[in-house]
Amino acid sequence: MNLLEQIRSVWRIIGRNKVRSFLTMLGIVIGVMAVIIVMSVGAGAQSLILNQIKGMGSNLIGILPGKADEKGPPASVMGVVITTLKTDDIKALVKDIPTLTAGTGYVKGAETINWGEQKTDTNFTGVSAEFIDVEDAPVERGRFFTEEEDRTAARVVVLGSSVAEDLFGDQDPLDKQIKIKKTLFNIIGVMKKRGSSGMQNQDNQVFVPLNTAQKLLLGINYVSFARVKVDRAENVDSAMEQMAFILRDRHKIDNPENDDFSIRSMAQGLDAVTSITNALKMFLAAIAAIALVVGGIGIMNIMLAAVQERTREIGLRKALGAKNRDIIIQFLVESITITLIGGIIGIILGILISYAVAKTAQGMGYNWDFVVSLSAIAVGCVVSVGVGLLFGIVPARRASRLDPIEALRHE
Amino acid sequence: MALIEVKNLEKEYVNEAIVTHVLYNLNFKIDKGEFVAIMGPSGSGKSTLMHILGFLDKASGGQFIFNGRDVSTLHDDELAEMRSSQVGFVFQSFNLLPRTTVLENVILPLVYTSTPARKREELATTALNSVGLSHRLNFLPNQLSGGEKQRVAIARALVNDPAVIFADEPTGNLDSKSGLQVMQILQELNADGHTIILVTHEKYTAEHAKRILRIKDGEIISDELVANRQFATGAKELIK
Ligand SMILES: Nc1ncnc2c1ncn2[C@@H]1O[C@H](COP(=O)(O)OP(=O)(O)OP(=O)(O)O)[C@@H](O)[C@H]1O
Ligand SMILES: [Mg+2]
Repeated sequence: MNLLEQIRSVWRIIGRNKVRSFLTMLGIVIGVMAVIIVMSVGAGAQSLILNQIKGMGSNLIGILPGKADEKGPPASVMGVVITTLKTDDIKALVKDIPTLTAGTGYVKGAETINWGEQKTDTNFTGVSAEFIDVEDAPVERGRFFTEEEDRTAARVVVLGSSVAEDLFGDQDPLDKQIKIKKTLFNIIGVMKKRGSSGMQNQDNQVFVPLNTAQKLLLGINYVSFARVKVDRAENVDSAMEQMAFILRDRHKIDNPENDDFSIRSMAQGLDAVTSITNALKMFLAAIAAIALVVGGIGIMNIMLAAVQERTREIGLRKALGAKNRDIIIQFLVESITITLIGGIIGIILGILISYAVAKTAQGMGYNWDFVVSLSAIAVGCVVSVGVGLLFGIVPARRASRLDPIEALRHE
Repeated sequence: MALIEVKNLEKEYVNEAIVTHVLYNLNFKIDKGEFVAIMGPSGSGKSTLMHILGFLDKASGGQFIFNGRDVSTLHDDELAEMRSSQVGFVFQSFNLLPRTTVLENVILPLVYTSTPARKREELATTALNSVGLSHRLNFLPNQLSGGEKQRVAIARALVNDPAVIFADEPTGNLDSKSGLQVMQILQELNADGHTIILVTHEKYTAEHAKRILRIKDGEIISDELVANRQFATGAKELIK
């Protein structure tokens, strides 16, 4: 029995029961779609992490105020304001630990920035002069602010590249004055475009001296987080220990249980991202598995009904010389064709959704690559054929075992 | 050597401890080229006997020897192989595949042989030609009259060039004119050398054969040549 005939006959069955076939395929479609998304999102998240490492370097250590539970995020990330981490803490760390080469605290805010009639909504970030060493952030034009300017809370600002573009277009922003929160700032530099390397868009923000941001713009005396740079990656662990020791000393903490800070290396930060994406993948994989089983049972159901409906046909085929094997193959080809069609639809939908996810992530400034590997498509095909085979075998065997005479007598 | 030899053949059906004895101690031979009618009242076991002779069912006792081979020793696949290569069936109720063209219906038995795909269509067309249906190749069964359906079934039965063609009440669902056409085709096939075994309960239909085996209650009550054979000549001309 040739394959083309078989597939034509499946096409007839599907055509005869359009709604039923569609509902049957739905499980397979969703299952395979989830498989494709799992693999594609996994690859996308991986690219995000890799790009992050590339963008930030692996010898950075982050300090967040507030105690962190083992692996979970510290309370400060969850929107709770903790005021214990100060600029002087960071300065002390860099001064006392020889392997630390630079460090900066960060404060952030969102403001509308005006230049004459032009305005743009953006974030301002207060950092110390060492910021450009910590993050290896190059200045394209002009200069970054100095320690002196930071200390005196000077009203100077360095623009991110996209802010400069939004406000000034082709004009030179250097030495112009912009208004942030009714205060005039002198533009002394423009950062080089950093793209969306890292977890957020680095170009849509402006940098002001940390002191200026704290006193003039926010009215606070703490930093919301800090980063220090270690000279070599292999010194990260010992530096982290010394940092904890010094911070406990400065904050008069005897018991590490009572820490009011948490120290994370970049690698640990990435672990958190990885564990989030892994959880997402597990969730999608569970959906995939459930949908595939439901879809498979649907296939079994439709094939059992087909065997019932076509008992006479089976009897006739046997009377005309079909062996049991021929009947099994016929019904397996049918169930596999149905699941494969569902699988192909699922693959297409999965690719479209992964593409949408990647585009959305990119639009939000994440460096998320859209990856659909050939192996994901192959897995999708194999899974759908496998489901057809697995759930088609029972009906196919039942068909092949029918007694030809009884089958021919079937009404 | 006889094509078919039946010795002390017995058949009983066993359904949940209820034993129905259907055929008792049958003995006969059929040679190549014969045209035998198996005749008897309803329930006498005609179809049961035909199913055994056509490798669709197995005897419960005695021997059925086909072409020198003891059929009781054959496995399922070997029986399927015999059905595929040695016999063709024509049923009372046509049994054409619905929504499948006349040509494809006739090709169906060839699908289970090693006949190359190109050759299949050619053989099927030839078979349909010989039953006068070359103008209906792409019709669907529900577009055919009863007589035409049965002629498609005959074409399907002979497309494998089988040793025996079995016809179980082939005229049972037909008006007398279409019935005659079918009988004429069977007589012509027999004249061309095909062995034909016809099952019927009508004396008139049975008399188109050369020999009649009468069964009653599962036993052969007579086995004789037809004295006044009926010839369905001219019926086929009505086809064209
Ligand atoms: N699977 C079965 N189980 C039990 N008894 C059966 C079975 N098949 C047939 N029989 C019995 O065997 C007997 C012979 O049946 P068979 O179909 O051979 O008769 P027949 O001569 O062809 O009759 P008809 O002319 O009505 O077709 C009947 O009494 C029938 O009830
Ligand atoms: Mg009968």
